[in-house]
Amino acid sequence: MAVTRGFQGRRSTAESSQLPPGQYLTRDFPVLSAGPTPYTPLESWDFTVRGAVDTPVTWSWEEFRSLPAESFTVDIHCVTKWSKLDTSWRGVSVDALLGAASPRAEYVTAFCDGGYTTNLPVADLRGGQAWVVFEYDGNPLPPVHGGPARLLVPHLYFWKSAKWVRGLEIRADDEPGFWEMYGYHNYGDPWREQRYQGD
Amino acid sequence: MTRYDGNAIAGTLEDIFGGDLTTAACVCGQCGQSGVVAEIAIYFGGPGIVARCPYCDHVLLVITRHSGMYCVDVTGFAQLSTPSALA
Amino acid sequence: MARTAIPGRLTWQQATVVETRFDTPQVKSIALTVPGWSGHRAGQHVDVRLTAPDGYQAERSYSIASAPEDGYVVLSVERLDDGEVSPFLVDELRTGDELELRGPVGGYFVWDEPLGGPLFLVAGGSGLAPLRAMMRHHRATRSEVPVRALCSARSLEALLYREELMELAACDPFDISITLTRVQPSAWRGYRRRIDSDLLAEVAWPPADRSLTYICGPTAFVETAAAGLVGLGHDPARIRTERFGGTGVQP
Ligand SMILES: Cc1cc2nc3c(=O)[nH]c(=O)nc-3n(C[C@H](O)[C@H](O)[C@H](O)COP(=O)(O)OP(=O)(O)OC[C@H]3O[C@@H](n4cnc5c(N)ncnc54)[C@H](O)[C@@H]3O)c2cc1C
Ligand SMILES: [Zn+2]
Repeated sequence: MAVTRGFQGRRSTAESSQLPPGQYLTRDFPVLSAGPTPYTPLESWDFTVRGAVDTPVTWSWEEFRSLPAESFTVDIHCVTKWSKLDTSWRGVSVDALLGAASPRAEYVTAFCDGGYTTNLPVADLRGGQAWVVFEYDGNPLPPVHGGPARLLVPHLYFWKSAKWVRGLEIRADDEPGFWEMYGYHNYGDPWREQRYQGD
Repeated sequence: MTRYDGNAIAGTLEDIFGGDLTTAACVCGQCGQSGVVAEIAIYFGGPGIVARCPYCDHVLLVITRHSGMYCVDVTGFAQLSTPSALA
Repeated sequence: MARTAIPGRLTWQQATVVETRFDTPQVKSIALTVPGWSGHRAGQHVDVRLTAPDGYQAERSYSIASAPEDGYVVLSVERLDDGEVSPFLVDELRTGDELELRGPVGGYFVWDEPLGGPLFLVAGGSGLAPLRAMMRHHRATRSEVPVRALCSARSLEALLYREELMELAACDPFDISITLTRVQPSAWRGYRRRIDSDLLAEVAWPPADRSLTYICGPTAFVETAAAGLVGLGHDPARIRTERFGGTGVQP
């Protein structure tokens, strides 16, 4: 590996104790996605919690938007090594969504428009750690960043924060999602640098 | 999301398969359309490279890389023929 | 075949910059020597890899703008102001610097004599680079395949290889059309609009001639041109495309 004279890359070299190992700061908001941006009209958008639950529940956009929402500011960390600090969002706590359905199992597959999936433990979506967000920085979440709504689980690598999310499937088995199937870590804790299987 | 085409991964494919794959004929496993690898849709915006069918967006190919090893999934193709030049 | 783990096989080579030159205010051509270069086919590209002192790497593809017959491997890089790699290549890189690359790669977006013609080459902005390699190769081999080319640029200043195109236009097998989409000199006699199907109908070979078409440039440009030609009745199997990605401004 030969160093290229004068090349730094588009990274801020600023050190920060807020950064997990191996991450660098970015000021813009890189688009993380692996396909065309789906445009789902709000009339046909809904959000479902299904699978191993007491009561499967589906909310229309209007119903979803009438659920209690909260505004919050968090740091996000992408496995492609950029981190963005102090991002502000507004959305519905996943606690409220799970509460309505009463899960009977330990794992979740988040499913999305465009076919993307990611897997998480139910426990990581509880306790005020995860949201389904519909606003970023005071504006409706733009489609390139997952709008109308995306999952946001800031304590895990950002691929777990599924864009264009349409629901959560509760499962007894931990089924790997899209990137997890291709060698990315099943859990993805940035502070333990769990990028790939075996990290 | 910026879309490229199969030409953009010619180098990566040659690194993996040991020859040019952009002229290889392929058939989509979902809609059955056929074409060449050079014309499929490529997205670099994720943690890995994702190739999709230009007609139906079906995922044809996923390539991830970790410490020098590639992980390659070509199961999205119904058919992927090796071009004769590779022989 | 399902999922498998395999090590890479293509090797990265050290190239040395021997000369750089601004072709337009945004595009710099970089001439390289690559020890042990195996030669290339007109239209192929290389992957360039940059490495920062802390090990961070970025990879991008650049077409080879020179013909196989030319002495150097030439890349023509357009600066995208908010880009990561292109501003470095255009503004930082200088004669004597070393650059890692692998290639030549790509066996699809290439032209040589046995593929025949007539040729129709459609370029948007820096998408002219691989097509210029084809035209230089054509000329170097004294090919008699008739060539029509349509180059789209924002302004005359932004048009790549301007003088070379003028020279080529004066040669017999070449018929070169230029469209300037934003700014035109007052006496401009070429086209003055973005590529659309009327413009293509005027400039392209009639579909019955079964021309072999190469379209290259920003993704949106390529899709417009390809769809336009198919709409006019050209056989999609005779149209080869190469997308450079989403480069903001439409050439
Ligand atoms: C086959 C091919 C030939 C090209 N030839 C030329 C040319 O001759 N002249 C020219 O000016 N441009 C060419 N390009 C475009 C060039 O590769 C760069 O996309 C362009 O220079 C912008 O890069 P940037 O880093 O400045 O911009 P950025 O905005 O930083 O990067 C552009 C985007 O490229 C993506 N990207 C592209 N390739 C890769 C890759 N291999 N791995 C990971 N991410 C990638 C990044 O995700 C990023 O979003 C070519 C592209 C292709 C696919
Ligand atoms: Zn398909």
